[in-house]
Amino acid sequence: MRFGVRGRSRLNTGGDRGRPRLNTGGIRVGSRISAVLSARRRHRFAGAVVVMIALGAFGGAYALASPSSKASADAAQATQIEEGRKLFAVSCSSCHGLNAQGTNEGPTLIGVGAAAVDFQVGTGRMPAQQPGAQIPPKKVVFSDEEIAALSAYVASLGPGPSVPSKEQLNTSDLTDAEIAEGGELFRTNCASCHNVAGKGGALTWGKYAPNLTGSSPRHIYEAMLTGPQQMPVFSEAVITPDDKRKIIGYLEALKTEPSRGGFGLGGLGPVTEGLATWIVGIGSLVIITVWIASRGQKVKGVKGK
Amino acid sequence: MSSDLSSHGEVAIPDASGAGDPIPDPGLPPHEPRLTDVDEQAAKRAERQVATLFGLAALLIIAFVVAYLVVPRHAAFLGFGASNLALGSTLGLALLFIGVGAVQWARRLMDDHEIVEERHSSSSSEQDRAEAIAVVRQGADESGIGRRTLIRRTLIGAVATLGIAPIILLADLGPLPGNKSAHTIWRRGTRIANDVTFKLLRPEDLELGQLVNAVPLTLEDLPEGKERNNARAKASVILVRMEENQIRALPNRKNWGVGGILCYSKVCTHVGCPVNLYERVTRHVLCPCHQSTFDLADNGRVVFGPAARSLPQLPIMVDADGYLVAQSDFTEPVGPSYWERG
Amino acid sequence: MSSATPKAVSAPLEFLDERVGLAKLVKSNLRKVFPDHWSFLLGEIALYSFIVLLLSGTFLTLWFKPSMQEIVYNGAYGPMQGLHMSEAFASTLDISFSVRGGLLMRQIHHWAAMLFIGAMTIHMLRVFFTGAFRKPREINWLIGTILLQLGLIEGFTGYSLPDDLLSGTGLRFVEGLIRSVPVVGTYVSFFLFGGEFPGDAIIPRLYPIHILLLPGLILALVAAHIGLVVYHKHTQHTGSGRTNKNVVGYPLMPVYMAKAGGFFFIVFGVTALMGALFQLNPVWIYGPYNAAQVGAGTQPDWYMGWVEGGLRIMPNWETHIAGFTISWNIFIPGVGLLGLLAVVMSIYPFIERWVTGDNREHHLLDKPRNQPTRTGFGVAGMTFYGLLWIGGGNDIIATTFHLAINDITWFLRIAIFIGPVIAFMITKRICIGLQRRDRDKLLHGTESGIVMRLPHGEFIEVHKPLPMEQAYELAAHDRQEPLDIGAGVDHNGVEAPNRRILRLRARVSRFWFGDAVQKPTAGELEAAHTHGHGHDDGHGELEAGESEAHRPEVGAGSGKTPT
Repeated sequence: MRFGVRGRSRLNTGGDRGRPRLNTGGIRVGSRISAVLSARRRHRFAGAVVVMIALGAFGGAYALASPSSKASADAAQATQIEEGRKLFAVSCSSCHGLNAQGTNEGPTLIGVGAAAVDFQVGTGRMPAQQPGAQIPPKKVVFSDEEIAALSAYVASLGPGPSVPSKEQLNTSDLTDAEIAEGGELFRTNCASCHNVAGKGGALTWGKYAPNLTGSSPRHIYEAMLTGPQQMPVFSEAVITPDDKRKIIGYLEALKTEPSRGGFGLGGLGPVTEGLATWIVGIGSLVIITVWIASRGQKVKGVKGK
Repeated sequence: MSSDLSSHGEVAIPDASGAGDPIPDPGLPPHEPRLTDVDEQAAKRAERQVATLFGLAALLIIAFVVAYLVVPRHAAFLGFGASNLALGSTLGLALLFIGVGAVQWARRLMDDHEIVEERHSSSSSEQDRAEAIAVVRQGADESGIGRRTLIRRTLIGAVATLGIAPIILLADLGPLPGNKSAHTIWRRGTRIANDVTFKLLRPEDLELGQLVNAVPLTLEDLPEGKERNNARAKASVILVRMEENQIRALPNRKNWGVGGILCYSKVCTHVGCPVNLYERVTRHVLCPCHQSTFDLADNGRVVFGPAARSLPQLPIMVDADGYLVAQSDFTEPVGPSYWERG
Repeated sequence: MSSATPKAVSAPLEFLDERVGLAKLVKSNLRKVFPDHWSFLLGEIALYSFIVLLLSGTFLTLWFKPSMQEIVYNGAYGPMQGLHMSEAFASTLDISFSVRGGLLMRQIHHWAAMLFIGAMTIHMLRVFFTGAFRKPREINWLIGTILLQLGLIEGFTGYSLPDDLLSGTGLRFVEGLIRSVPVVGTYVSFFLFGGEFPGDAIIPRLYPIHILLLPGLILALVAAHIGLVVYHKHTQHTGSGRTNKNVVGYPLMPVYMAKAGGFFFIVFGVTALMGALFQLNPVWIYGPYNAAQVGAGTQPDWYMGWVEGGLRIMPNWETHIAGFTISWNIFIPGVGLLGLLAVVMSIYPFIERWVTGDNREHHLLDKPRNQPTRTGFGVAGMTFYGLLWIGGGNDIIATTFHLAINDITWFLRIAIFIGPVIAFMITKRICIGLQRRDRDKLLHGTESGIVMRLPHGEFIEVHKPLPMEQAYELAAHDRQEPLDIGAGVDHNGVEAPNRRILRLRARVSRFWFGDAVQKPTAGELEAAHTHGHGHDDGHGELEAGESEAHRPEVGAGSGKTPT
């Protein structure tokens, strides 16, 4: 269940070794789907003519990628798992073992579920690069499709939490009272590590709870579900899907709230406020005292009576 | 004390500085005129500058009033609260301009010849002292306080006794502590509920690595406000689940958990902040206030920071309906230490 | 009244004079002289922030409800709808969201409070480092010390009133702190909170203390403080024409009325602009207080940060004796540090007076360098405070600079003892170095940067003589020699009875002044003038006897004055 906390130097080389090959793989797998995606984008932005052309060109691919029958769905899933297995073998197996059974460098991934992979790889934490107290989020090295394939592969190894659906992440229908309850849940369960404004905070020995303001609802949900690194799990049975949705709704509401009182000073509370007191307040006033005590421009060489 | 009197009957200050040794005081330097003193044009410019600042301040106050009336309370501007920004910046700048104008007036246009004022010693003259003592003596003699010892002593006694009155009046500020600090509302069989939602918990609801912030279900029975808040301040707990073989329970705590689920007080033993920064891998919990760190796999032992005592553990079990319940109240007082704690 | 004064002005003045003797008051006070130096305005920042606090605070009392009665919120702020909270917190939200200008006033009030204590701090540092606390101003220093303590308590009580998560956590800490007091702690805590924590009494009780008792005390002490400044007349820096017996500067009317009055508006303006631009204590993000909640990065306001730091770095000592508990881990940093600040600040002027045996009045300020030991103590104290401050923000520092909290804590546990000592030694050395430079300047003038070749081929740098004013300023301070207790026996050879105390005093005095570099005596100056020509080390200088400038100059003997 642990992700890379023990992974150190070998994990590093593994990641480096894996990357070039991984990319070639990525192009092959991704080309078809990304074409479809680009077609969809055109569909939205460029009107019917473009859609017709696009569909004409990529129609076959589209049919493959969005199956309409169960048989083709199973087939697509099997393909996806197979793609995921190949990616895994190249990029992850050096630490997590060829069959994801875990090694000294990385924990077993059997039973961690698709949500864990989607979070770890989707936030760039995996593949890990540098040893340290904690594996930081980085630039994501896989495409969405590759992440989906990896997730599907790991999910196929044993039952575990799956990636939350769009409905689970939809916070648009929450009432103010539900958002307020999300706030209570957030302050009770999350704020002690992530700060009341979600700005993050320190843990022991250089570990930290990350800032949540840039995190997507999906990754926040997955983190609660799977407990990445030092973070504890908040299971669906205790913090229900509805509770999680309210928590995410509260965080989204905080993001859309204007900073009522001016610059937020990092939202870190009294430490930055104290710095502002001294640097901006006392600093500017001391400069002003120097100005007040200075005399008007003197005329050089002219002496008074 | 020097006693040389100046002509006004005040005491001159004995020279307390090494001034003049070895270099004699050359005296005040001559006054250097400012540009505004010799150049009428410059003075006019300075006058206009000051007047402009005052005029702008008046305009800004008008803008402040307009902002008060026009800007809606909840509007945003560039991601900031528009009302606060508009009111504050107009008011602040207006005040600033008035101030800068006044200072500039003083700096550039008011006469800037330095004035010398003589000092006198802070002490009174010998004569004044003698007179003062005489006056006090006379007063004391006339009252007879020195002679009439009975009056003096009873007066002192009465005033001293009077001091008891305000102290006794404060006695109703609060109840006596009794042993309230030693107990919480946990009892044998009290169900454990998730905080905020009051959802009951079964062992299987908790996954490996889980953290649950929980309260006794009986908290809900208490009237809202003081009673519930006071009970919550002591009875809040955290539940964590770890591999059973990771737990190093004391011999008498072997059956305090349920299948790797352990329950600890959420109140730091240092000064009482809620502790729930749980690191699932190290199984340490950290207090965000002063960073006391407790090892939950090791009976809540302190592994870092200023807390002196282990985090109290609540023995738990499963009741007939399959819910997690307390085996008893905490076996020791929770929260910060206090004198009578022992 | 002048005959030219219009009746509209003269009539009320006459009215007042006939009843309160206004003319006498005006005559003796309106032309009171204040010396002009920026550092003399620092205390004014504190005074003006306090006035801003009174004004903005009065505004806030119009809406604030000091009640811990629990209600269900249905005000203007969406993400708090339906939450249970105290009336105090709900009214704070209303002030922030429903009262126009309410948030601004809240922020002005809070910024002014932070500035108030900050300004008191730098003002006291200025007074300390320049020796302005010496006789006859010890009492005013004590008043200042009390004002600082009251300011800390006043700030903390105000911080606690909104009943948000941060302030409630602060009260939780206070409760733990009070409980750590041996014997009476638990009782005091129960009396203060009206029972167990949090109860429903603490905010209604803190409120009158915050808005009436403490401001009243502060106001009274501020009046006494300023009254004593007027009575003593302001200190001044050394300079030609400025002696211990006079005060040179500008009159209250008109220059200081305009400057000080203008500065009030500037302080208010800066505070208002900070209130407009910088969000502070956003209680709607912290949420209502709940004893089971806490946020990462929970800190007190800056002025309590050093105590917080002490609590964080203190080892976990606790003693159990005969069924009783003493929490050194809380008592020493919590109660101890605040007590230490009060005691050290209060007794310092008297300690210094005892060591120096200096019982004279001082109205001329010291240059910090001329009191190397005092300056060293001051910087050591600042280092001590600064290290504790770092401790108070160790979690923010850890995340900002990617360090481990634990390493910072361990560093501070050691540095808190070593740091001040190192700071003392370095500061003292720097002061002594500066003193030596001053002495060299007096003896040999300043380096002109002009190198000259003497007829026999030696290169020397031409030294310019010091202008008389500068030289005077450099030498205007006291000579400070360690206390000489002599043989310590009277004419019969009997040792004086207080000999042991005298010896201790002499030892402390040697520590105090032993290393200081003394300014040259008249004889040394004379010698430098006449023999200055061509030092053995080739570090000679040219010196002028009669200066060409119309102001006399010092540090030069005979010879050419390169200009």
